[in-house]
Amino acid sequence: MKAAKTKMGRKKFLKNVKQSRWLYLMFALPFLYFIVFKYGAMAWLVIAFEDFNAFKGVFNSKWVGLKWFQAFIKDPYFWNIVKNTIVLNLWNIIICFPAPILLALMINEVKNKAFKKFTQTVSYLPYFLSTVVVCGFITNIVATDGLINQVLKALGMNTVTFLMEPGWFRPIYVMSELWQGCGWGSIIYLAALAGVDQQLYEAASIDGASKFQQLIHISLPGIASVISIQFLLTIGRILSIGYEKIILLYNGATYETADVISTYVYRRGLIEANYSYGAAVSIFQSVIALFLVVMANRAARKIGQTSLW
Amino acid sequence: MKRKLSAGDRIFMIVVVAILVLVCLCVIYPIYYMLIVSISDGYAVTRGEVNLFPKGINFAAYQAILSNKYVPNSYKNTIVYTVSGTLVNLVMTGLCAYPLSRKHFFGRHVFNAMIVFTMFFDAGIISQYMVVNSLHMRNTIWALIIPGAINVWYMMIMRTFFSDIPEDLFESARLDGANDLTIFVRVVVPLSKAVMATMVLFYAVGHWNAFLTPLIYLDDRNKLPMQLILRNIVMGADASVSGSMSISSDVATMSMNIKYAVIFITILPILVVYPFVQKYFVKGVMVGSVKG
Repeated sequence: MKAAKTKMGRKKFLKNVKQSRWLYLMFALPFLYFIVFKYGAMAWLVIAFEDFNAFKGVFNSKWVGLKWFQAFIKDPYFWNIVKNTIVLNLWNIIICFPAPILLALMINEVKNKAFKKFTQTVSYLPYFLSTVVVCGFITNIVATDGLINQVLKALGMNTVTFLMEPGWFRPIYVMSELWQGCGWGSIIYLAALAGVDQQLYEAASIDGASKFQQLIHISLPGIASVISIQFLLTIGRILSIGYEKIILLYNGATYETADVISTYVYRRGLIEANYSYGAAVSIFQSVIALFLVVMANRAARKIGQTSLW
Repeated sequence: MKRKLSAGDRIFMIVVVAILVLVCLCVIYPIYYMLIVSISDGYAVTRGEVNLFPKGINFAAYQAILSNKYVPNSYKNTIVYTVSGTLVNLVMTGLCAYPLSRKHFFGRHVFNAMIVFTMFFDAGIISQYMVVNSLHMRNTIWALIIPGAINVWYMMIMRTFFSDIPEDLFESARLDGANDLTIFVRVVVPLSKAVMATMVLFYAVGHWNAFLTPLIYLDDRNKLPMQLILRNIVMGADASVSGSMSISSDVATMSMNIKYAVIFITILPILVVYPFVQKYFVKGVMVGSVKG
């Protein structure tokens, strides 16, 4: 009986496989890609537990266990970069999270189609400009002979070497993120606003509600679930921050506020070729990030029916 | 149903429109400023006279860029990397998304889980570097186009699109004796122009703007893409590139024009194409965000 069942099972299995053979053929390359470049990369993380030496290779390098993790956590610099990562992200959340919501709410109020389209087109544009372009522009306008210092001089104030001041790094970073991402971020809220029942607005205006009251009592609650999901997902990403921009904008003078975990991995790991140490810091970051994302996603799933997977 | 706006509503609308106009100005002005500086007289720029309109219009900065040894070459490199990279992206993403969108693909849940996991656990740049290095891809075009061949997020957008194609179309093709590969090429791809256009746009912009990958993997200066040369010129990381550029004896006066001119030619293709492709990317984001 049992044998018959397994035989049946195997037959069904073979039939399923045979039915999918063309799909397997197509999927072969992508599968190989994920194995080599994603899982292969994860396998390479083993060097975090070794004293990796490029000439000896992975298999012959000395196993040192948690040495690098301990070195990282005991490093007085550890708290500094963890703090910088979180603080920079918090600044980002406080300023760059509400901005797209406000923008979407305002664009949603515009009834003139041409103007609406124009504001949308213009505000999405910066998202498509490269980090190098944005940072290049920033470097030049805040330079000692740049636009901002020209204005300061004209107003009779002292010039500021913005990019050399640790105190200015975060505002500059967040402003540039806002400039690049605000319009793009509003798309999802605009989509949600388009789904709000239009009859609610009509009923409210018959009852004498002002436009501002409608915004507060109809539009905002209408997108509340999308906002909370987006918020949770943002919180989930708090440990990972795009570091392209930081690498372009920071320098020795501003490490104090600008150096985050990813830039530290890049500098210590890649530039100084401390691969093992870099991999250890990287694992530390990825594991916590994974935990945060999973938690955030679980919470988001409770709020709305949507989730990332 | 048009009703007259109350006084309060009118003020509200004025404030809203004013803020939106201000937002638009904040986006447009920096780009406009770069353009006018790049075509203005260098002395006028350093004296701070170029704010709203160009002064002493000339194209010396652009001539200087074009006669530079590295700039035209890097521009060509960027085009090559963008075109070939996007092609690889499209083929690989399609080959990945299509099987995963078919319900009879045996084992698709396992493959799906395997792929989604890579979205959430980032192995980091060190190990990525090790993989590329061990495959001897460093300092070749492959390092730029293979490791990022499939963006999981875009793949999911494509997969959603494929799974929304009516089942009848597959059935009738199958009755005609077509296998899955033929169906993909003959039926699915022709029906997917919209999603393909979105993919081309996102991937191509990604390659055009890539900075970190070429920074990490390319050493040979003749292979560098535009963004890296741009960084070297604009952010002064490499004096030999910007130094060799000055055609006037006064490097300082021209340098600002040259910097902005280089930035401008880098974003020009994006500015030109942008208005025409807008509808595609908005659509793409919607598919991705709403259906996830």
